[in-house]
Amino acid sequence: MFSFLVKRLLQSVVVLVAVALIAFSLFKFVGDPINNMVGQDTTLEEREALRESLGLNDPFHQQFYNFMVNAAVGDFGISYRHKVPVSDLIAERAPATLELSIISALLSIFIGIPMGVYTAINRSGFLSRSFMTVSLVGISLPTFLIGILFIFFFGVILRWLPTFGRGEVVALGWWTTGLLTWSGIKSLILPSITLALFQMTLIMRLVRTEMLEVLCTDYIKFARARGLHERAVNFGHALKNTLIPVITIIGLQLGLVMAFAIITETVFQWPGMGMLFIQAIEEVDVPVMAAYLMMISLIFVAINLLVDILYAFVDPRLTIDGGSKHG
Amino acid sequence: MSMMKKLLISSAVAGIVLSANMASANTLKFAFQGDAQSLDPHGLNETFTLGFLSNVYEGLTRLDKDIKVVPGLATSWEVTSPTTIVFKLREGVKFQNGNSFNADDVIFSWKRTLSEGSDQKVRGSMVKDIKKIDDLTVEIHTNGPQPLMPSEWAWIYMMDKEWSEANGATSAANVKDKDANGYTLTHANGTGPFEVVSRQPDVKTVFKRSASHWNKDIITNITDIEFTPVKQAATRTAALISGELDMVYPIPVQDWKRLDKEDGVSALRGAEARTIFLGMDQSRDELLYSNIKGKNPLKDVRVRKAMAHSLNLDIIKKKIMRGASTPTGLMIAPQVNGFNAEYNTPYKYDPALSKKLLTEAGYPDGFEITIDCPNNRYVNDEKICQAAASMMAKVGIKMKVLAQPKSKYFGKVLAQNNYDTSMYLLGWTPGSMDVHNVLQGLISCQNKETKAGLFNLGNYCNARVDELQKMVGVETDAAKRQAYVDEAMKIVKDEVAYLPLHQQPLSWGVSDKFTLNQRADNAFDFRYVVKK
Repeated sequence: MFSFLVKRLLQSVVVLVAVALIAFSLFKFVGDPINNMVGQDTTLEEREALRESLGLNDPFHQQFYNFMVNAAVGDFGISYRHKVPVSDLIAERAPATLELSIISALLSIFIGIPMGVYTAINRSGFLSRSFMTVSLVGISLPTFLIGILFIFFFGVILRWLPTFGRGEVVALGWWTTGLLTWSGIKSLILPSITLALFQMTLIMRLVRTEMLEVLCTDYIKFARARGLHERAVNFGHALKNTLIPVITIIGLQLGLVMAFAIITETVFQWPGMGMLFIQAIEEVDVPVMAAYLMMISLIFVAINLLVDILYAFVDPRLTIDGGSKHG
Repeated sequence: MSMMKKLLISSAVAGIVLSANMASANTLKFAFQGDAQSLDPHGLNETFTLGFLSNVYEGLTRLDKDIKVVPGLATSWEVTSPTTIVFKLREGVKFQNGNSFNADDVIFSWKRTLSEGSDQKVRGSMVKDIKKIDDLTVEIHTNGPQPLMPSEWAWIYMMDKEWSEANGATSAANVKDKDANGYTLTHANGTGPFEVVSRQPDVKTVFKRSASHWNKDIITNITDIEFTPVKQAATRTAALISGELDMVYPIPVQDWKRLDKEDGVSALRGAEARTIFLGMDQSRDELLYSNIKGKNPLKDVRVRKAMAHSLNLDIIKKKIMRGASTPTGLMIAPQVNGFNAEYNTPYKYDPALSKKLLTEAGYPDGFEITIDCPNNRYVNDEKICQAAASMMAKVGIKMKVLAQPKSKYFGKVLAQNNYDTSMYLLGWTPGSMDVHNVLQGLISCQNKETKAGLFNLGNYCNARVDELQKMVGVETDAAKRQAYVDEAMKIVKDEVAYLPLHQQPLSWGVSDKFTLNQRADNAFDFRYVVKK
């Protein structure tokens, strides 16, 4: 177990360095940061001086080395645009994104799974068919379009819900939450559904497919033969066995939800990390871009690591020190 | 009077006072596509940030609703020698923290504009020294004659020396200094009519009317203002229509019809003082992006004329700008000091003439060229380039459009990348609202020492124009000055230094519950907002 962990951790570090390297080499294609930091009248000499002092004239390997050395101790530098340490910025924005992502993940799980079960059990019912049709829309329409349609329908036509922002937030120490105010909760509804829709439909379709497969197996027939309640068969036996792949997917999708949040945040002007990142791209705020990408890749690496470890516990046929044995 | 009665009366009085207050609490909620860079008054010389801060901070002079220079914190000024200007400061002006404004604050603010991290060094270095005559008089010694200093300094905001010192903000917020206090990034203390209550960058900034403002003639009846940046145009428009916001800008010109159809909101349109134009590389011996090798066709005035006559500005106005642009023949807008309508007639649309000129110049079949174009900087910038390309194609010039986001675009075409372009689209509003800024920045030959022609990306160069630019810069007699301007503009036009296209439209969405002033430099001045 220990050697497995060490091995995986080392691999994770390699992945992180690789991501940093790729991201860093892309930054020079994003544009010139200096131009966004000064006004049009600023002289060439001053622009050059600023460039020099930010180390933008250093050779690539030097810049990369400096970045990695500082990043290793958690120092991502100062945002070019906001002029405050990047770590502070991210800490300030993280609650908004996390709150949105977690609510969306919960929505997709607690709506997606029951819908999947329902459509599997009542395959030809009217409701099932409409769920399936709607899920097709959810899976194929791009997030920003769904967001704008929601804004238009619920914000402009019906005027039930706010069209943008996070509403009023309450500070709990360094964490800010919108869950404690009425306007905060109202503001959360549209973005979280928008963000959840894709995952929700994915989970629903996955659960349905798995469920259909499981419902045909011998032990379900046997359970029925034993005269068990339909409910006990469906939820006690079938669903349980369906959930193993579903849990894996949910774990892996959690990182994606955060990454997808960029688009949802832009559409709803949600003041989270995704918004910060988009703004950073526009303003060529390299320290913010670098830190965000590193953070997202760290989250992905961590989730993958966790899933791998969980696998070993969930499925004893998989061993952690030498690949799977085929039984 | 019994105790009970007293209580009743006092609570009734309190009730009246309270309800009076309630009635007069007027809130305006507005959004822009981005946020001000920070609240530091010297941090970034950019129209939105400075315009935003003009509600909180003020300069010795200020710009009124028609962008004319009027007295601000100085009541008058007098040029006592070519390099000396004496400013009389306004009496009884208080900063929002209660401190009085005086000569020491002027000297302090000037020094701060020269500090590291300041982006106002160009305006700051117009001044060599400031002498305090008394608390309310300063004698400003300029670096050489600077007749434009008073108007340029409308953008130099005055800070309180004591407040800045107490908060470790004696120099402008600096991106390099990790230990910088950065207090001014999110805090402000100006002399302006509104003060900042709270600010979270990119999320929300809250203002309230300052009770102590010196100018009692300001017409606004707004007491509280909430600003939120909203990046997506569709979201901005939706928030305005749904009534969550009272004013948003910019509104895409494509959305005007939509706003006109909705009740309670309207699109406020006007002509911005920003001139959009095409520039051409007139200095390299061979164009960087063309199929013509060994020579530069754009050096030939006939080719430039051919390009000018191939453009149909009315079609651009009608098809791309939804009728909202003002086609122009000059590099400055009517609001800019020095504008002379006589020279503002655009080049005539005449493709036959274009073809003839091209043949004369030795390009009967035209040539190929690439135009650099931003796609998120000006109103419909990329579409304008595409339209220009299709118009030029009709006379044989095959123009390829390279449209990129502004940070990529500017990174490519500006001085720091050695003006890497053959043709480009650019827009310009002179910060000083004076023609000299354009003559110096866009029309003078590139000159590293005098810092002229920094944005003359194609390096159009004419010795006489250069001379006239310098004369305009120091001439104090208005009539003579205008004569120099006119001469320069005529040469520029005859030689087709640029292809001016139009002044782009301002496009704000406003709730019908409010009236406000749309300033031609796109700055939003709270002083003129009135709730009906």
